[in-house]
Amino acid sequence: MTPLLDVQSLTKSYGGRIGCADVSFRLYPGEVLGIVGESGSGKSTLLNCLAGHLAPDAGEIIFDTRAEGPRDVLQMSEPERRMLGRTDWAFVHQNPRDGLRMRISAGGNVGERLMAVGARHYGEIREAATDWLNRVEISGDRIDDRPAAFSGGMQQRLQIARNLVTGPRLVFMDEPTGGLDVSVQARLLDLIRGLVRRMGLSAIVVTHDLAVVRLLADRLMVMKGGHVIETGLTDQVLDDPQAPYTQLLVSSVLQV
Amino acid sequence: MPETSETAYNFAYLDEQTKRMIRRAILKGVAVPGYQVPFASREMPMPYGWGTGGVQVSAACLTPEDTFKVIDQGADDTTNAVSIRKFFQKVAEVAVTEHTNEATVIQTRHRIPETPLTEDQILVYQVPIPEPLRFLEPSEVETRRMHALEDYGLMHVKLYEDIARHGEIATAYAYPVTVEDRYVMDPSPIPKFDNPKLESAALQLFGAGREQRIYAVPPYTKVVSLDFDDYPFDPSKAPHPCALCGAEHTYLDEVIVDDAGGRMFVCSDTDYCASRQAEQAA
Repeated sequence: MTPLLDVQSLTKSYGGRIGCADVSFRLYPGEVLGIVGESGSGKSTLLNCLAGHLAPDAGEIIFDTRAEGPRDVLQMSEPERRMLGRTDWAFVHQNPRDGLRMRISAGGNVGERLMAVGARHYGEIREAATDWLNRVEISGDRIDDRPAAFSGGMQQRLQIARNLVTGPRLVFMDEPTGGLDVSVQARLLDLIRGLVRRMGLSAIVVTHDLAVVRLLADRLMVMKGGHVIETGLTDQVLDDPQAPYTQLLVSSVLQV
Repeated sequence: MPETSETAYNFAYLDEQTKRMIRRAILKGVAVPGYQVPFASREMPMPYGWGTGGVQVSAACLTPEDTFKVIDQGADDTTNAVSIRKFFQKVAEVAVTEHTNEATVIQTRHRIPETPLTEDQILVYQVPIPEPLRFLEPSEVETRRMHALEDYGLMHVKLYEDIARHGEIATAYAYPVTVEDRYVMDPSPIPKFDNPKLESAALQLFGAGREQRIYAVPPYTKVVSLDFDDYPFDPSKAPHPCALCGAEHTYLDEVIVDDAGGRMFVCSDTDYCASRQAEQAA
């Protein structure tokens, strides 16, 4: 099977400091990869390099495009990369304010990606927006409200709807449940898990919350100091951690 | 003081090097219709917002043989129009007129004349904010990238919001257009009623002094107003005839005539209205 995403020795440094170094992995269709690590371990740098928000210093990111098969994303032209960024890819920010247009109604937020790829029929855009609001459990009569009038959990769900409306194949998530209280987190995780499974999405989820990866991720990558120190199936890594840092990470989880 | 070569104005106020610089920007604008060309806008002897961009473009276009006309909101006799007309009478000594068909260079604010323009005419617009995406995307770096990559989805988000909130596209002026299937352009604050007239035989130049941008729509260029398939562009018009000349096809101003709710609708293009009245009297 062709991997959806094939990353080879990706490196990014900030001057003399290492952002992430020599990261290689493969992501297969329908698979969810978790990236965990402490603050400053390079997981967000890695995610931003993958999603095209940062330019890596070295390495290859080969994505299996719909039309032309595997292509190195870093060699693509800017318009191609942007097109990819709003069709086959999606990016869910930790803070919904970064991923939403706060002064535009929920319907406009969901419709933006459709209009960006050429949808020009108001009725159809609105129908798609209503449909997606329902799928993320936001009632249809809130379609004309601005995200500022939504609770934190709703904003995050709206951000997910806005990202998934074009039917992407690869979703990048940066701490998707950060900043939400536990009951809302649980509902959101449930929703994301359902959507990922039903749409057959591949996803890369960056988080420091081991419970999130336990629920969502098939495979796990543990990062420290910009390097990947351990990889494996999620249950395997969490139940039988090999690297000393992973053992520390797993044992630091608070038990209630 | 007697006028010598030191005290006299150069023809049309600006020095020749500045005019060359502006003409270069104009030529680039004509070559790339709808693209905003940056230029080194000069201080003019009038405040920003009074048409400093338009005045500089007019100064760079005028020749001693030209006949100049200035319109402000359709009228020839309002403050802005009178002062700019006087300015060029003084510094360029060109002939001036109020008749659209006699003018060779027309500087305008907020309107396109009702009389169809010809290939021998240049229409110069005063533009306050040249960037159509400005209120949607505050970053100039980002808007320039969006223009470069033809990334205009956001413009339709604005129209979507209009329909969602008002039931129709409520943008009534500065209605965005696509020029020659490429650049999205703000046609300056003309009413959307005038948008169809942007496809014209005359050369149209847009100058924004404070924002330091010049752009152009060459004659016979394709100009399409943005819309949705199910909410097509509508160049709406007040449902009245002109109270003075009876015209049914012109853009109208609503004028309050007393403090008892009395009002009348009259042509906003004063020259067009006056010439129609003269014809009817004759």
